[in-house]
Amino acid sequence: MSDRLFRPETLAIHAGQVPDRETGARALPIYQTTSFVFDSAEHAAALFNLQTFGNVYSRLSNPTVAALEERVAALERGRAAVASASGMAAEAMALMTLLQQGDHVVAAGALYGGTVTMLAVSLAKFGITTTFVDATRPDAFAAAMQPNTRAVFAESLGNPSLAVLDIAAVADVAHAHGVPLVIDNTVPSPYLCNPLALGADIVVHSATKYLAGHGTTLGGVIVESGRFPWDNGKFPGMTEPSAGYHGVKFYETFGDFGFSMRARMETLRVYGAALSPMSAWQILQGVETLPLRMERHCSNALAVARFLRSHPRVSWVNYPGLDDHPQHALVQRQMRAVGGAAGSGGVPGASGLLAFGVQGGLAAGVKFIESAQFMSHLANIGDTRTLMIHPASTTHRQLSDEQQLAAGVPPDMVRLSVGLEHIDDILWDIDQALAAAARA
Amino acid sequence: MHDNANAATDDSETQLRRILQRCKTIAVVGLSAEWHRPSYFAASYLQGKGYRILPVNPRYAGGQVLGMPCVARLEDIREPIDMVDVFRKTADVGPIADSAIALGAQCLWQQLGVVNLAADAAARAAGLHGVMNRCVKIEHARLFGGLHWAGVNTGVVSARRRA
Repeated sequence: MSDRLFRPETLAIHAGQVPDRETGARALPIYQTTSFVFDSAEHAAALFNLQTFGNVYSRLSNPTVAALEERVAALERGRAAVASASGMAAEAMALMTLLQQGDHVVAAGALYGGTVTMLAVSLAKFGITTTFVDATRPDAFAAAMQPNTRAVFAESLGNPSLAVLDIAAVADVAHAHGVPLVIDNTVPSPYLCNPLALGADIVVHSATKYLAGHGTTLGGVIVESGRFPWDNGKFPGMTEPSAGYHGVKFYETFGDFGFSMRARMETLRVYGAALSPMSAWQILQGVETLPLRMERHCSNALAVARFLRSHPRVSWVNYPGLDDHPQHALVQRQMRAVGGAAGSGGVPGASGLLAFGVQGGLAAGVKFIESAQFMSHLANIGDTRTLMIHPASTTHRQLSDEQQLAAGVPPDMVRLSVGLEHIDDILWDIDQALAAAARA
Repeated sequence: MHDNANAATDDSETQLRRILQRCKTIAVVGLSAEWHRPSYFAASYLQGKGYRILPVNPRYAGGQVLGMPCVARLEDIREPIDMVDVFRKTADVGPIADSAIALGAQCLWQQLGVVNLAADAAARAAGLHGVMNRCVKIEHARLFGGLHWAGVNTGVVSARRRA
């Protein structure tokens, strides 16, 4: 056994899975079972007491799901991971493990809408408050910190704002106040960005997106770095005997994966949003090719962004991979360049999402969407297929014009999740849909 | 992140595997008889994996912990010891290290949160392996399979069946 530190391309295929002990099966078996037998009453007691490690019930752990958990932990260069039924379930698991009534969160402002609702509405019902700040200004995070702040939450690359977070700077803000930085790393995927290596403490993923990559399966994962000092006095749930799991002190007993164990045993076990083994297996089929796919998503998205920037029927383009994007330097600093260094065939690892404005406003935006031939009009991102949505007429249509602008959604805005089709075909479909929009 | 880049230290995956494969008799200093204490978790796990656990704790001396006779001090153990596993405050490790060296142990292992650099240096100078701020149970489970269950990044990449 060597002590080699394997590269992500190798980890994406191997981490978390060795050949099956019983059969030698090389591919990952699907352990489609709710429960696992105990060898004896004593064995059962030891498992429940966490004195020996093993599977009891698939709401807590399952061997197929564990392969996904360890693989994402390895790709994120983290200590441990816990999977969940969806990306939203992963966020809920991270936040509900961290927070209790009376706590406060400082969060980036232009987050994915579902996350905003979780923080501003759902967690508020339980007495947890959130202050939203400009994601591009670390000083705004610092200004919003309160004595009862217990978490800072942001996206590494915003959806749909495409704001790039200065992860190291915001981690410094969080740590100066003794609280963890939680990063939603869904849009870059662990291949393009490793927030834990930049100072973040917990990463959450919607595995539904680039990790799976095929648009067939919902799933989520949380990963912890193993470096946060939970015994700093602000997190008694990590250091005091657990009322939710018969007196275990999670940090003292499990050390640098204590948060993951607590998330699994107190939150996942109780709220029940577990990932099914079949879904874990399907997601892992995608993870094996994550590095290859991200490379093509990035190069296709950059080509689309450049095409749109020079297109006469496009009023603006927002893609952090463009060299004139205001946060382009930050992209180059904290995200992996793919396909070689910039200037020698490589492109910045800015992922596959971009937004642009169709000349002609709302009506032209709608006509563009309706005129596409193979680009799909739907709400997901991170699929092999190119996906598009016109937020002003769909996800944000209940808001006034002023509210839409405040949310970063002008009426002419179209968001693309650039897929893996041939770039010439993608540019053709965009061009013919823009021509149709101009005739509207 | 577990840094396993340097194979020369006792923290490397290779050395930890070697230590856990060779040290089969473990004196656990500060072993509690309370089932929910970390020392009990660790020792009962290791006992279940076939290790011989020798409890050392003046509180239970003369009685038994985990079915094994408990002694007050390391010097009271009347058989060869492979590893001394320390569940004590960092400040208390010095004399324990001296005893471990005198008794011919192969490894001085300081548990999570226990980091006595001088004791570690003394043990290494005497030819013992020295491990600090790690849990024997967690490392065993990480390297030999059990921790994979808990979604932990074990660092294992292999095309061979798990033993």
